[in-house]
Parts: sequence; structure tokens; C-alpha cells
Amino acid sequence: MFRFTEEEIRRYSRNIILQEVGGIGQQKLKDAKVLVVGAGGLGSPAAFYLAAAGVGTIGIVDDDVVDLSNLQRQILHRTEDVGTPKVDSAARALSALNPGVQVKTYRTRLGAGNVMDIIREYDVIVDGVDNFSTRYLLNDACVMAGKPLVDAGILRWDGMMMTIKPREGPCYRCIFPEPPPPGVIPSCQEAGVIGAIAGVMGTLQALEAIKLILGVGETLTGRLLLFDALEGRFRQVNAARDPNCPVCGDHPTITELVEYDLACDLPFGVAAGSAERKIEQ
Amino acid sequence: MAVRVRVPVLLRNLTGGQAEVAVEGSTVAEVLAALESRYPGVRARLYDEQGALRRYVNIYVNDKDIRTLGGEATPVKDGDELAIVPAIAGGR
Repeated sequence: MFRFTEEEIRRYSRNIILQEVGGIGQQKLKDAKVLVVGAGGLGSPAAFYLAAAGVGTIGIVDDDVVDLSNLQRQILHRTEDVGTPKVDSAARALSALNPGVQVKTYRTRLGAGNVMDIIREYDVIVDGVDNFSTRYLLNDACVMAGKPLVDAGILRWDGMMMTIKPREGPCYRCIFPEPPPPGVIPSCQEAGVIGAIAGVMGTLQALEAIKLILGVGETLTGRLLLFDALEGRFRQVNAARDPNCPVCGDHPTITELVEYDLACDLPFGVAAGSAERKIEQ
Repeated sequence: MAVRVRVPVLLRNLTGGQAEVAVEGSTVAEVLAALESRYPGVRARLYDEQGALRRYVNIYVNDKDIRTLGGEATPVKDGDELAIVPAIAGGR
């Protein structure tokens, strides 16, 4: 039967009472392992809600340290955390919220050399990265490993997200076959981002991950969800799997992980730090 | 025939901040050409040097990807909605 303590039953009572969750679903959450890549704008709310929901193991990947300019949206971190590794402040915040969750931290930048090892033990991957090269790398790795990937991107007042179930629906490359050249699409650091848009999209990612774990509802597979915060409007467009997709198509041409060398993909903290120093001068 | 064009945030500097503009055209290509003549600069953002639509920008007619319809030759009619959706990668 279920291995819940009295305290767990109280903590998760609002979950368990839901027809779609129940004791069985709560046990699925407890047994689940979710990897959140990036402990930033998207990763913060995603990881918070996953921990709150009782996801048993949460992995956090981030190589950065907390910067004052992060706190406008990265709600895992506190003012007193400035200068400390994001994985450490994330682990502290998640454990404080729910000590029953095992948090595993990876203070590293995801690359072709480590991504397969890191994602291997996880059931669901949540993409909260801030650049195209890691986004394509993670997409390709999840397709190759057959791992569901909940992808989201944010910029200014806009958000987009989709859930990639390898071979059941389109992957990121089916929809956007190639990353833009450096400098064409600005980063949040260059173009700005409203903090709450990260909250909306990251929270949606947590929801998708929970649905995937429970096996309930309809995931955003084959649908691209777009949120325009200025207009206050959600819309969704159909996204089909491309049989000619270089990574998930019928005859894939990308069979080994590639890393795009996109010049603008500086580690966020480095670039943000230098920009702020410029302003101070 | 006016088609409603949804302009992404990243192109709104060219449309004077407007999120939606109405332009004439009977195909996707005509609508995009009309958009360029009214808002010069749009074409360079949507097409590459070889004249192909950029691979990180998608065009949807009534929420369907034109790649699954007739590409730029996809016919459009009065009241249709054409959405321009570039990839965005921010997250941290």
C-alpha cells in the first residue's frame, strides 16, 4: 500500500482529494524524478510547484551564481543569496518548502559531454534555459533518450511552451528547424522580461510535468501555446511532427549531439554582470 | 480582402507598437509583401538572403502552420488570421 505518513497525508490532502490524483497519484508524484534545467525565471516557479506537489526527486542544473538582477523574477533566490551558486540557494528554498523532497544539484553547464548522463535517471525534463544552443542540445538529447521534455521560452511580455514526447509528437526542431544566428533574437538580458511572465510559463511547465507523471489530461504535445501578456491573450497553434526532422524524423541526420557555437550565448551571469558594471560606470 | 496579421513583440518596433494589423492579400506571400510595403524592414526579418522564410520564424494561418498547408502560396481570405511566431529562448 501507500507509504505515507500522517504528515504527508495532511500536506498533500488537497492533491489527494482530487479525483485525478488520489493516493495512487500522490505515490506516483513521490516516486517521480524531474530534472529542472536552469534555476532561473522559469525553473524557479517550476521547481517550487513540483516540490510543493510532492515530486520525490528534483534535479536542478545551473552553473551560475545569484545576481541582484535575477531577483526580479527568479523567485527561488533571496537577496541574501546574491553571490552564492543558484543550485545551492535553490536546494535551500525547495527543502525549506518541503523537506520530504530529495533535491539533487548539478552545478554545471549542460553540454554534449554531460547531458545524457544527467538526464538518464529522470522521468521528465523541464527546460528553463536561457539560450538557443542549450535548448537545441536538450531537445536533441531528450529525443535520443526518449525522455519527455517540457519546453518554454520567455522574452519581454511573451511566452511560449510545448511538451515534447519524442516520436509521439513534434520536437523543438520540427517547429523551429534551426536556431537563429547570434544576435538576431535578443536575450532577456538585452531585451528585458517581465518577471511575472516567467511565473506564468514556469508554473505551466510544472503543471505539464505533473500531468505527465500522473498520466492525466491532455498535454501540450503537438500544440504550441503562446501567451501575450500585454494583450492578456493565450493562443495555441498546431504543431505537427516533421517526418523530415533532422533529429526525430524518419531518417534522422543528427545522430550525435551537436553544440551550436552561438556567440551571444554567454553564461547569463557573466554577461549580465558586465552590463551592470557598465551602467554603474 | 483584409487579413489580420498578428505581429510578434519582436517586430512591433516596425509596426509602431501595433500587435495586430490588417493587410490585403490573397496568399500568404501577398500578405507578407503588403506588410513589407507598409512597414519597410519586415521582409528582412522574415526572409533570408536567398529569399526563403527564415527557419526560426513560423507563419500560421488560422493557427495552422503554413508548412502543413501550401507554404507561402497558401490562400487566405477576408477575416483570416495570419500569425508570425519567431522562436524565443529566454528562460533564466
